[in-house]
Amino acid sequence: MAGVFMRIGDWVSERAPGLGPMYRKHMTEYYAPKNFNLWYYFGSLALLVLVNQIVTGIFLTMNYNDSAAGAFASVEYIMRDVQWGWLIRYMHSTGASLFFVVVFLHMFRGLLYGSYQKPRELVWLLGMLIFLVLMAEAFMGYVLPWGNMSFWGAKVIISLFGTIPVIGGSLDEWIMGDYLPADATLNRFFALHVIALPIVLLLLVVLHLAALHEVGSNNPDGVDIKHGPKGNRWDALKPADGIPFHPYYTVKDLAGVGFFLLIAAFIIFFAPTFGGWFLEHDNFIPANNLVTPAQIKPVWYFTPFYAIVRMIPSMFGTAVWGVLAMFGAIAVLFLLPWLDGGKVRSFRYRGTGFKVALILFVLSFFGLAMIGTDLTDEIFPKVFGEHIDITLWDNVFGRVMTAIYFGYFVFLWAYTHLGWEKTKPVPERVTTHD
Amino acid sequence: MIKRYFLSIGLAFGLLAGAVTAHAEGPELPSSGAGVGDQASLQRGAKLFFNYCVGCHSLKYMRYSRIASDLGLSEQEVMDNLNFTGAKFGEQVVSHMPAGSAEQFFGKAPPDLSLEARARSTDWIYAYLNSFYLDPSRPVGWNNTVFPNASMPFPLWELQGVQTAVMKPAKPGQDPEVEKLELAHAGKLSPEQYQQAARDLAGFLEYVSEPAALQRQHYGIWVLLFLAAFTFLAYLLKKEYWKDVH
Repeated sequence: MAGVFMRIGDWVSERAPGLGPMYRKHMTEYYAPKNFNLWYYFGSLALLVLVNQIVTGIFLTMNYNDSAAGAFASVEYIMRDVQWGWLIRYMHSTGASLFFVVVFLHMFRGLLYGSYQKPRELVWLLGMLIFLVLMAEAFMGYVLPWGNMSFWGAKVIISLFGTIPVIGGSLDEWIMGDYLPADATLNRFFALHVIALPIVLLLLVVLHLAALHEVGSNNPDGVDIKHGPKGNRWDALKPADGIPFHPYYTVKDLAGVGFFLLIAAFIIFFAPTFGGWFLEHDNFIPANNLVTPAQIKPVWYFTPFYAIVRMIPSMFGTAVWGVLAMFGAIAVLFLLPWLDGGKVRSFRYRGTGFKVALILFVLSFFGLAMIGTDLTDEIFPKVFGEHIDITLWDNVFGRVMTAIYFGYFVFLWAYTHLGWEKTKPVPERVTTHD
Repeated sequence: MIKRYFLSIGLAFGLLAGAVTAHAEGPELPSSGAGVGDQASLQRGAKLFFNYCVGCHSLKYMRYSRIASDLGLSEQEVMDNLNFTGAKFGEQVVSHMPAGSAEQFFGKAPPDLSLEARARSTDWIYAYLNSFYLDPSRPVGWNNTVFPNASMPFPLWELQGVQTAVMKPAKPGQDPEVEKLELAHAGKLSPEQYQQAARDLAGFLEYVSEPAALQRQHYGIWVLLFLAAFTFLAYLLKKEYWKDVH
């Protein structure tokens, strides 16, 4: 039996001699630092969720109807009449939210350990492009069930482009193909959601991984294992602190996958709407352009950015400033490798100023999310009394949070480029591992 | 190290649980205690729905045959006791009231209730069914404290009886608010029996809004047990492989 496999292997490598070296480069001879911790699970988990979205998405398209007249009913058809349709749909809808959970944690890992710093700028840029495409993909997917929140969410998000002076109005109509989100909008969003954006996403993921494997993974100590001592059990010339990705990190990630699936399955089988966070109540009402939901707000993963739009007032007769600020909040992340001139990568050895700033930055992200989800409208009256002016408090709180969000990048630049940061000594070798 | 992981995982779960429960919209409603776990309750709810509601309200995504198989009823039982519209066994539950005349009668066509429990919540339906009161100022003579100025008359009055409102003293320039509801005439059921009936009906509508809930809860336990075992084995595998990493 083993002989047969060997012969097949030889047959293939005679005809495609590049396959074996490629497998070794990316798996068995990709030497990753041995000190990865909890934060290093989320990259492989993001890949898992991407595969889940593609596979469940294929099955959903088999029964989904991308017309304004039939979309809502076809989703209920999937939920009720298609065998296991409910499971496929919940895997897809839960996967969408969990995609953002793991991607946010994956990005935070980059901030925490300076993974975007030289020489990994390209890895970071490609990752940010993935994030941007993922947001477009998620937004269009959210519109497809054609519930009332899909409709009004689409209307509000598309109208953000309408704030652009001069061309805004025509741009809106061009995006929607109508004066309101309608059949034409749904048709094109479906096409973009199932074909165009997934292809771009897959390409970017391949490039993200290729760029990573060229420079090698960072680690919680921010130590460059390639510049450390050489020689490990497998290769005398490879980093002493590196271990082959396969089998060491494949088995480790497998355990992470099991734990992640346990959480995902709990949500899918016992709380698929997740209390109205993953599937919203108003989206079980068919799209209706005459009835507005009580609160129009995007799904939770867009809320920090959406809150920024709301916090910036109209000035000089246009509301475009909020929209610019929102896109700026994402664009500024692209510049991070150049804004941060720090000599040290890891949180563990960086100056106190950096640590405080990063914690404040994370808090501002949560604070903006609270504004965007309207949670502050429930919390403020309970904390400060029923009589307070909620709009005023929202605006004060939200603007402070917005200032901290952008302030992080300004501070980071000044702190590192003006030489204020006092770092701790970085060890020669990686310190801990399990 | 391991301890810290467990602590952070526990913390994450705590935050998740908090987020799920904190997301209540609108005024808080008392818990109905209704659910899809009790088949006898679902059967009673179905009976109430098809006796009192289907005259006006459709369940256009729900098939009679699905109700039969999920609620443990035979085709005969469903066709004799629940299907009064002459629909075939495999067809969906569609009310016979023509939409045009419905709008004439009530000012607004009665909504389809297939997804009402998911759009509003089961507790909302339960509270709504308990909150009708006599209001001569309304076109159909009924009003509701949970859904003020609803255009729906109260078909369950013969079961609950007739409630009237005790009003708060009106503030100047404002309409008086309802302080509480009182049972003016008793119905066929005692208050406790009626609350159970409302619970049955709300539970049935919760089932109708997501028939798959029965399956997902049934399979969910086994999926979680499998994944727990899988994760444990994968963890042991990891430990075994990593023995030689120093």
